[in-house]
Order: sequence, then structure tokens, then C-alpha cells
Amino acid sequence: MRFGADEPLMMDSGIALAPWQIAYQTYGTLNADRSNAVLICHALTGDQHVANDNPVTGKPGWWLTMVGPGKPVDTNRFFVICANVIGGCMGTTGPASTDPTTGQPYALNFPVVTIRDMVRAQGALIDRLGIETLFCVIGGSMGGMQVLQWAASYSHRVFAALPIATAARHSAQNIAFHEVGRQAVMADPDWRGGRYLLEGTRPSKGLAVARMGAHITYLSEVALHRKFGRNFQDRSAPTFSFDADFQIESYLRYQGISFVERFDANSYLYVTRAMDYFDLAAEHGGSLAKVFKGSATRFCVISFTSDWLFPTSDSRAIVHALNAAAASVGFVEVESDKGHDAFLLEEPEMFAATRGFIDAAARVRGIA
Amino acid sequence: MSASTFALPATDTMSGHRLDFLLVTDMVEPGSRVLDVGCGDGALLSLLRDRKNVDGRGIEISREGVNACLAKGLPVIQGDADTDLADYPDDAFDYVILSQTIQATRQPRIVLEHLLRIGRRAIVSFPNFGHWRVRVDLALKGRMPVTENLPYSWYDTPNIHFCTIRDFVELCREVGAQMEKAVALNAGGKPMQVSLPWWVWNLLGDQGVFLLKRK
Repeated sequence: MRFGADEPLMMDSGIALAPWQIAYQTYGTLNADRSNAVLICHALTGDQHVANDNPVTGKPGWWLTMVGPGKPVDTNRFFVICANVIGGCMGTTGPASTDPTTGQPYALNFPVVTIRDMVRAQGALIDRLGIETLFCVIGGSMGGMQVLQWAASYSHRVFAALPIATAARHSAQNIAFHEVGRQAVMADPDWRGGRYLLEGTRPSKGLAVARMGAHITYLSEVALHRKFGRNFQDRSAPTFSFDADFQIESYLRYQGISFVERFDANSYLYVTRAMDYFDLAAEHGGSLAKVFKGSATRFCVISFTSDWLFPTSDSRAIVHALNAAAASVGFVEVESDKGHDAFLLEEPEMFAATRGFIDAAARVRGIA
Repeated sequence: MSASTFALPATDTMSGHRLDFLLVTDMVEPGSRVLDVGCGDGALLSLLRDRKNVDGRGIEISREGVNACLAKGLPVIQGDADTDLADYPDDAFDYVILSQTIQATRQPRIVLEHLLRIGRRAIVSFPNFGHWRVRVDLALKGRMPVTENLPYSWYDTPNIHFCTIRDFVELCREVGAQMEKAVALNAGGKPMQVSLPWWVWNLLGDQGVFLLKRK
């Protein structure tokens, strides 16, 4: 979806971005009442290909467990929309897009993006699609931040909200991890001050290291131990070198290498920054309860026991604020040892809660 | 906390609803805001929603219970009465209900004080440990009662703070709660005669159900 020079995206940084475009996928059919639209918000390195094969990687959609025919987000019943975030690199305008004033990639001239900017861009898309009220907005991690921002900025346009494994503000520890990742990218000589596309290089090593570090935070100690333990990789003894002796090393290296093939390094800087800046209460004098005051949206908050990146205490803070605001909220902490990534995986308890919440909300909304 | 009932709850043969739930439902004004603490699978909240059109919320400690509630469209959060009530603002609800749960809390007095702070009124129902069967068990066998209706041994029971109807009345006095209504249910789940003296309720009452108000 393209927006011309006369339809700029007004960003939190004060910059009016134009022209701009947003890449999205849809599944299912919008009903006559236009009341069955579900917006899925993707996480940091996700994209719009939630339930179809990814054209870049060839891999299946990233949330096939949750979205599809007969799944909790049933594409036979709902019109499902998923859009690439502003600042991303899968078709929506971002730092790798061409700056019309220079004819060159934006690189670091791209305005710094916030979660609210991402939601504004999605709002413009939803407007264009002729949808006034979204039946449900769903997302995990950074996607959950967008869900909360939707509920805060466009409360009247969100009938139900399902923020999963997320927080109303990014913690100091999480900002710290992101900073390590960004410094890894910027320390790569091939980053060239962000101008690598112009200069024909790619900061692959730096971005891979960033991904390796981040990937650890998505897992849990228990899951790592179960999957890899201290097992050697294709060998029976240490090689007394810095080769990838351990399976976990080999695994992380693979994660790093495969990531750089699909993700733009500058986008990684921008999108991590958006998460760092996220602090929903700050917009309302520090009171999260005020953010949701008078909200008619129905919320269901889900967290995971072993998620130490977005721990249950973060979700409870959201729930407490919603309670204090007298909003309608359900909350369940799912028992899982898979860490933050659990929300993307096979977690029957999460599916049961999601299905129950969505089906009940659909009955109230009058969706068949 | 859920379903840790002392006596198997009697149900109404016509509707299938638990009689203690029907009694609680009678105590609630239509259209009010209600928090059910320890709401189990949401049976009482559903009843209140359907019959009294209440705006109901719940707290439940078990995941199974929370999921069952979510599936019924009830806004229920996973939580613990002992730790999570402190986070609710004053006067957030017209009624806060603690149904068959107070005996499973670690700090019943503090929980009761929170109920009276969060809600304009509190409704508390609990199994009466002063019932004659319990007294007979303890007096004659010299053992903590373990029966079909009271299946736990003393060392594995979730019910760590049993009280009698008279004990609860005393607690209400200590926390300054005003009793607007008090009902004892017999083993058949039927309300006992109001005219009966406390000691009869305490001996024959299977459950006590109290509607309380802050003084």
C-alpha cells in the first residue's frame, strides 16, 4: 500500500515521512459488517508472512501454530491482516528504502522509529482497507508492544487486544542487550557508518554476532541444556581450538549466518531502538492505569514462566494497570521452559487461552 | 484455592446450580460490579452475569480454571488472593466475593480487610468447622476429620485456616465489618431458619454465607 507526498506519516521524531509504503498480507475474507478484521503485529525480526511461505527464506509462516484455518485465529472466520513495521526491511519503508531527495538509500538519514509510529502506519493501512474497528489486535514481544499501543492510541478502534510475552516498557536489561547488538553491527568495518548499501559491502559479521547474542535471550537455560547440553558438534573430544566444538556454538553460528541473509543491518538498529524507546506510561505522566482509563477494549494478557526477557512481572504490571483502570482483562501465565520464544512455539495452554478468549469475544461481537 | 470445598456443594435439582451460588446471587444487586476471588471455573460469575447482568471479574490461582473462564468470556486473571488483592484500588467494586476460599488463604484476616477495602460490600462463604460431624470426629477419634466430604489429610490439605461460624463472626467484629446478612446452609444446601440462635447454626450449619459492609 503506497502513500503519496500528500499523505505523510507523521512520526514521533517530528518528521513527516513521505512518500512511504507498507507491505502486508491478508488471509480470509472481510465480512459485510467489516467487523471480523484481526491485526497481527510481528516481533522484532518478524515480517508480514505470518501464515504463508516466506518468499525470502522459503520457510513456512512464522505463526502457523496460531493463525490459519481452524487455528485459534481462524482464517475461515476472521479477516487477518499482518503488515511489516515501518523501519523494517520486508517491503515497508525503512532505512534500506530510497530517499526520494537523494535517490540513495536512507541509511541513517531515516528518522528514528517508535512503536507508536509503527501503529500509526498500521492505522493508515487499516483506514485504507476501509476498516473502522479491528475485532482483535494480537502480537507477541514487540508485537505485544504494538497491541498495547493500539489499545492506548486507538482504544475505540480495538474491540479485543491480546498482548503476549510483552511489557508496557522496555527494561534496562533489555535496552542493554539491544545496545550490545547495535554496537556489534556498528563495530563491523563493513557497516561503513550505515552506508554499506551505497558502498557495496554488508556488515554480516556484526549483524550475525548481534543475532547470536539476542538469540540466547529468547531461550532459557533449561531449554538450552535440554537441546544441546555440553554435547560436541560432529566430534568426540575438544579440538583445543576456537572452532565450534560445542553444538550450542554451531547452532548459534548458524542462527547468526541465516539471519543476515534475510535481515537488513540498519533495520535491526532502528527496530531495536523503537523497542528501547517504548514506555507507554511515560506518555501519561508515568501512570499506566491512566493510559487505559475508560477503555472498552477486552484484554487477554499471556506470559510464560521461563521468559526472562519479558518476565511475568512485566505482564502483571499491565494487568494491574488494566484492573486499576477498571478495564476488562484476563490473564494467564503459561507453564513452559522454552523461554521468550515460547509464544512462537507449540504451547497448548496458550492456544487454549487464546481460542477461548477470541471465541467468547467473537460471540459478543456477533461474528459467526 | 479453587474447588477446595469442605462439603460437596449441594445443587439445585431444577437448574443444576449450586445452592450456595444461588444464595450469593440473591445477595447481589443487578448491574453491579463484582470481583470473584478464587472463582474456579467461573460458574458463579456466569450465574451472576446471566441472572444479575453484573460486570464480573475474577481471580483464580489454577491455569485450568483461568482457561475455563476465558473460554466462557469471563475476564479472569491468574492470581493469588494472598498476594494480588493489594494491587486493587479502593472501592473498585460493588461486591467482592470470596466463595469457599477463605480457609485456603494464608492470611485470612488481611484478605478479609482487602475485600472490604476493594469492595463496597463483601460476600464470604466458607465451610463451617464447627459442624457437629467435625466435632464428633475430633472428639471421638482424636484425629483430624477425613471423610468423603473432607478428603484431605492434615498435611496435604489446601485448607489451612478452617474456622467455625462463630470464629468468623468474631473476625468480622475485629476487622470492623458490619454484617448485613448472615445465612447458614444445612448439609442439603438449604438456608437454616434465621430465628435460630448462633450456637445452633454453628453446630448444624454446613456452610456460612455472610454479606458484609465496612463500618
